[in-house]
Amino acid sequence: MRVSLFIPCFVDQFFPQIGTNIITLLEKLNHEVDYPERQTCCGQPAFNAGFCGESREAAEAFVDCFRDTQTVVVPSGSCAAMVKIHYRELFKDTDLFDTVCELGDRTWELSEFLVKVLGVTDLGARFPGRATFHDGCHGLRGLGIKESPRELLRHVRELELIEMDEAESCCGFGGTFSVKFPRISTAMAQVKCASIEETGARYVISNDPSCLLHLQGYIDRQGKPIKCLHLSEVLVRS
Amino acid sequence: MNVHLKQFNEATRAITPDFPYRRWMQNALKGYEQTRAATESRYSDLEAARRGAAQIKWDAIEHLDTYLEEFVRNLEAHGTKVCWARDAEEARRYILDVCRKHKAKSIVKSKCMTSEEIHLNELLEAEGFEVVESDLGEFIVQLLKEPPYHFVFPAMHLKRDRISQVFHDRLGSEQSDDPEELTMIARRVLRQKYVEADIGFSGANFGIAETGMISITENEGNARLATSLPKVHIALMGIEKVIPKLEHLALFLQMLATAGTGQALSCYNSVISGPRRSDEPDGPEELHVVLLDNCRTALLADPEQRDALRCIRCGACLNTCPIFKNIGGHTYGTTYQGPIGSVITPHLRGLQEWKHLSYASSLCGACTATCPVKIDLHHHLLRNRRNAVDDAPAFSEKSMFKAFALAMRHPGLYRLAGKLARPFLWLSRPLQGTLLDPVRKWRRTRELPVPARQTFKDYWEARRK
Amino acid sequence: MNGRDTILPHVRKALAAKTCESVRGAEEPMPDAEAFRAWLPAVGRDYKSHKRLFAEHATALRTDFRVVADREAMLDEITRLAKAEGWKKVGSHGGALTDAASNATALPICRTDDGYDVGDLESCDAGISACEALIAQTGSVLITSRSSGGRALSILPPHHVVLAKREQMLPDMVAGYAMLREKYGGTYPSLVSFITGPSRTGDVERILVLGAHGPKKLTVLLMES
Repeated sequence: MRVSLFIPCFVDQFFPQIGTNIITLLEKLNHEVDYPERQTCCGQPAFNAGFCGESREAAEAFVDCFRDTQTVVVPSGSCAAMVKIHYRELFKDTDLFDTVCELGDRTWELSEFLVKVLGVTDLGARFPGRATFHDGCHGLRGLGIKESPRELLRHVRELELIEMDEAESCCGFGGTFSVKFPRISTAMAQVKCASIEETGARYVISNDPSCLLHLQGYIDRQGKPIKCLHLSEVLVRS
Repeated sequence: MNVHLKQFNEATRAITPDFPYRRWMQNALKGYEQTRAATESRYSDLEAARRGAAQIKWDAIEHLDTYLEEFVRNLEAHGTKVCWARDAEEARRYILDVCRKHKAKSIVKSKCMTSEEIHLNELLEAEGFEVVESDLGEFIVQLLKEPPYHFVFPAMHLKRDRISQVFHDRLGSEQSDDPEELTMIARRVLRQKYVEADIGFSGANFGIAETGMISITENEGNARLATSLPKVHIALMGIEKVIPKLEHLALFLQMLATAGTGQALSCYNSVISGPRRSDEPDGPEELHVVLLDNCRTALLADPEQRDALRCIRCGACLNTCPIFKNIGGHTYGTTYQGPIGSVITPHLRGLQEWKHLSYASSLCGACTATCPVKIDLHHHLLRNRRNAVDDAPAFSEKSMFKAFALAMRHPGLYRLAGKLARPFLWLSRPLQGTLLDPVRKWRRTRELPVPARQTFKDYWEARRK
Repeated sequence: MNGRDTILPHVRKALAAKTCESVRGAEEPMPDAEAFRAWLPAVGRDYKSHKRLFAEHATALRTDFRVVADREAMLDEITRLAKAEGWKKVGSHGGALTDAASNATALPICRTDDGYDVGDLESCDAGISACEALIAQTGSVLITSRSSGGRALSILPPHHVVLAKREQMLPDMVAGYAMLREKYGGTYPSLVSFITGPSRTGDVERILVLGAHGPKKLTVLLMES
């Protein structure tokens, strides 16, 4: 299968290893991986701030960039939700509506792609350690992603996965919310962090790196020895 | 900065550092979650129940003119007097006139958020009437001169010692740390009020078009008492509360209780179809129903957001909202808190003045997932943001997103911006912690991630070669 | 210009624009009450299951639910109750069952039928009333101002005693509303109420307290013949 990577802007800038990990995983499974180079951003930040016009401009460029793809995989529930769900609203009553619907239908968040499209749950990974999983909100409630990442992690050797009470609670990032209402955003991170600590986990794994960016930022400021990892960072380990 | 946003920020600043207090509140709400989950597990098909309830409420809203007419016709046929109040002022004036006409001295009220919305108590008290809230939670916050914290649990933020103190200070009772004793203090005080009150005042959870009835849900029995003993009963309800048929209550009363408190059914669910009948031994001689518009028709005119008028005021969205759980009800500074409050307040009280509530959300969607009538809550918050921007975008934000759109359309520009940001951030490090820090709002409480030396684009470019 | 002449036209005008499809979703047919049965908690098919379900709810709600064989047994139970609870005066209303029950207490009776003094009713230790039905699905007692001595009898005295007959046990709320419609369709009593347990509040730190304003005790006596 030819898989085209959608690497969100902040992954490109801050967590490129997530992208390289996915290449490793997919090539190990004998799939051809490409990366439409003109991609930048799906337009979510502008959309969430209410700037639909500006969001649409970015989205049009995105749609154009991914025109000749068969399957698109993105390591982020929120970006996947933007393309799969919100593009329909953004391009409602426009010429691009059908195009974005088709694009949405062939775009997948990483864990869903592995489990539901490829039918793969065991990637031969090994990761000794105690970890807990954080469900990114857009992936969980927008796309119904709950089991796929856990299915994948269950097959990681030596990994002790413990559910935290607040697994499904929002971490507090919410895009520009994190800087428009930083006190509330931080309070939410605090609640999340307390829940992580209750499990005794050293690692927090998630399928949404924007959440991890925020949580790690809070955890590091608090000086706690907890490491936030994207799902792909665990799955490549052996 | 508008005064409401300022107040919101100040209140947020005051409450967010108090982790033990927030924790206490969150544990209370966890209890609610567990109870609710147990009750919901008994439903044969909860999702179908939600869909069915959603459909009925859609029908009700989309034919509101027909149902309102039917409702009023049936109310009036059984001797109820109906006031159609266009706004808060008209509702207040009508209620005041009824109180004056009856030379009332005291009014006993059961819980009615709509009366908070129109600031009724302030007016009645200013006009010299004694107004007593009979719901225990409302009674307590009334003594404290505070607004309700939550429209189902008005006193959820108070610990027993505070309640004991205010009872001691305002009622002269003995201090106690026993919830039962404290409840009995209120029960004893209110007993006389029910018996002596000239006017009983209530809200209504639903209005039944088919039979001309108002439906009142409660656990304490105070609404039953307030609507049984006084000679006059005044009920206030928003026009959007009308539902088509009496039998629909078989679904709604159970959904309301389950979502609202986790109970299978609330303790007292009553429908009242008029003043006492000639063959009945007691009950009010007059029933007045005040139907309130107060910008609801404006919200109805919005073909997307009229959805929010289907709300049954269960409070579930508040209970699941991480924002509410961390800032509490008073921070919102307005009658309706939580996600539903954030959605409708701009429509009821002004978009630009109240849009900040729609921005103060991470859009996690827990509210939408929990709503028993499937209101698309978190997307309405997005719509409010979009409407606020379409109406009057802030220049700085507009410029920022124009630049964003430009960069995202031109990969070369995007990469350049990324390259420039690195040294810029590095240079700004000495400013960290000061007012001049360009990423102050982030860095005050969180570390900023270190930008990767090689971006993914760099890696791919190298790999390609 | 009255409010109606402004509000109704505003409503009509507002509704001229159709609801946005993405928000409305797929329109499904309006459900009727029969459909609710498939969604709400299951209730079982026969009297035995209904009685059992009602009893389960009663335990959880702290309703004092007593099943007695017949009228005689009911009167014995009332006499026992009056003694055990130390009642000095009871409130009641006219009716074959309620008259027999209130007389069996051998106590002064405040009858609400032809008007009463509120202070008199307030000083009663219990209110004995008939009911319209018992609802198994929710453990509720259905009363109306016509069948149960007015509005205050079932809410003012601190102990509400309900006399019910086997045939009054209904499976669910849908059946309750259907029964009401059949019985009262033309003119409903001014008050119809589902009572589900003794009065309660959780307003002080979520701790359950019974008898907030309404009765602290609810006794339901079900006669099986």
